[in-house]
Amino acid sequence: MKILVVSELRQGKWNNASFETLAAAQQIAKATASAVSAVVIGKGVAPFAGELAVKDVAEVLLVEHDLLDAYTADGYCVALKQVMESAKPDLLLFPHTYQVRDFAPKLAAMLGKGMIGDCIGYRNEGGKLVFVRQMFQGKTAADVTFAGAAPWFASFQSGAFRADLLAAHPSGKAPVNSVSVSLSAAQIRTKPLDLFKEAKSAVDLTQAPLIVAIGRGIKAPENIPQAEALAKALGGEIAASRPICDEGWLPMERQIGSSGQTVAPKLYLALGISGAIQHVVGMKGARTIVAINKDANAPIFEIADYGVVGDIFEIMPALTEALEKSKSS
Amino acid sequence: MKIIVCIKQVPAKDAPLAIAGNWIKESDIGFEMNEPDSYALEEALRLKEKHGGEVIALSMGPERVKQTIKEALAKGADRGIHVVDDNFAQLDPLGSAKCLAAAIQKEKADLILTGLQSDDHGFGQTGVLLAALLDLPHATIIMAIEVADGKMKLKRELEAGWFQHLECPLPAVLSIQSGINKVRYATLKGIIAAKKKEIAAMKRESLGVSIEATQKIEKIYVPTKTKKTEFLTGTPKEVATKLVEKLKFEARVI
Repeated sequence: MKILVVSELRQGKWNNASFETLAAAQQIAKATASAVSAVVIGKGVAPFAGELAVKDVAEVLLVEHDLLDAYTADGYCVALKQVMESAKPDLLLFPHTYQVRDFAPKLAAMLGKGMIGDCIGYRNEGGKLVFVRQMFQGKTAADVTFAGAAPWFASFQSGAFRADLLAAHPSGKAPVNSVSVSLSAAQIRTKPLDLFKEAKSAVDLTQAPLIVAIGRGIKAPENIPQAEALAKALGGEIAASRPICDEGWLPMERQIGSSGQTVAPKLYLALGISGAIQHVVGMKGARTIVAINKDANAPIFEIADYGVVGDIFEIMPALTEALEKSKSS
Repeated sequence: MKIIVCIKQVPAKDAPLAIAGNWIKESDIGFEMNEPDSYALEEALRLKEKHGGEVIALSMGPERVKQTIKEALAKGADRGIHVVDDNFAQLDPLGSAKCLAAAIQKEKADLILTGLQSDDHGFGQTGVLLAALLDLPHATIIMAIEVADGKMKLKRELEAGWFQHLECPLPAVLSIQSGINKVRYATLKGIIAAKKKEIAAMKRESLGVSIEATQKIEKIYVPTKTKKTEFLTGTPKEVATKLVEKLKFEARVI
């Protein structure tokens, strides 16, 4: 089997998820006696291709074009379709980034193929690859297989594989082969404009050692002061899962997860957070995770060191009191 | 503007899930509008209020889906399209998108909106697949839409707090990021008005779409735990005292 990893650059830098996906590809290749290649796309990105060539890959494909300088879904699909025609991969693997979500399903559909997106692992069952992904917001896992002939498409959630396990090339360097693609401006229908960040956030949660995070379980904005009092007693910062910020109950800069901040504090106290994957990717690096949730089956308990199944409205004030008492004692 | 919003009906957020093979037992649980799609519906209604036109709520699934279409009509959509399919949960993303695309093709819409992803399968592919099948430009994870001179200026969310503006011609397909707007509730007047609005039902088979599965969910299951969680029990006060002790002397994080 030929595996092709589609790597991703973000504003002239690696998106680290590319290395995780390459590590996944190496593992799958080992299990299935396959060869791994990687593709680097952009303009002036030859040095990045060189960086991948020292990894354990058969070759690195370098796709450069003026019209691939800025990402567009149309540009990437037109270019990658041509890459596929020459490289003929059986399995394309992508990091499950916002960019990949934007174009990879379309690339697959252009070839009448499907994509198993957002996988967290795989198994090799007698030569048949089974991909594992989450469903129902992380409440269940699903085993998914491809139906029909190759090429197949899959993407891996960030953090699902470890980039530090990436194997180096056994004899120095793999060849970097340029693939020329024909692409015209008329084929690109959207026009990317400026990249920007919203007003600089006053709080940098990535630096906070102690974080109290709230989820849907907080129920109403009137209840947030209770969580804030707990954060104050702990000496920590308040944060939230996406729905809370979507509702405007806390500012977006307090959001933890794939679309918000990624944090790795000493302590992460999750109150009424179910633990959907989009949230978990932003906080699973915390040293100690405490989860308090009324649903004993909430996925957050899968990654918690300490768990309390109960009503956050009873436990928040009791915990605030206990923390204050412990400080004064 | 003629806007079609694709809306999925999913199990209610707090519904207890009983696994049955590669799906769940549907009896005894409630269903509701997929929350990310409610943001897409709201955005469609706001665009119509600003630019005039029509909002069509399109959904696919068994009979119960009608209730979610009615909710969209009560909130202000002008009419509904129901692609009736009792086996909808077994379709893969490409199969569902092919059926939706066939229903959309009859309408010649200016704009097609979807939510970011569904809260059940969570594939998050429908919008992008529709764009591919209908050969339309698309953009995803959209946080703002401005329409002027036959094209749109969009604000797209990237990762790690970054955003990007982009221009996109019409017609197009957009998938809307949750939180783009504040979703309205249906008013009593809206609910009454909805009773007179049309829902065109068509059987999935009548669309003449040939579907070949590209992927198959073999089974679903409760995930295996990777970490040993110590559960603390007792009254809230006891639990709080225990937790503070654990954090202080065992985890040593406070």
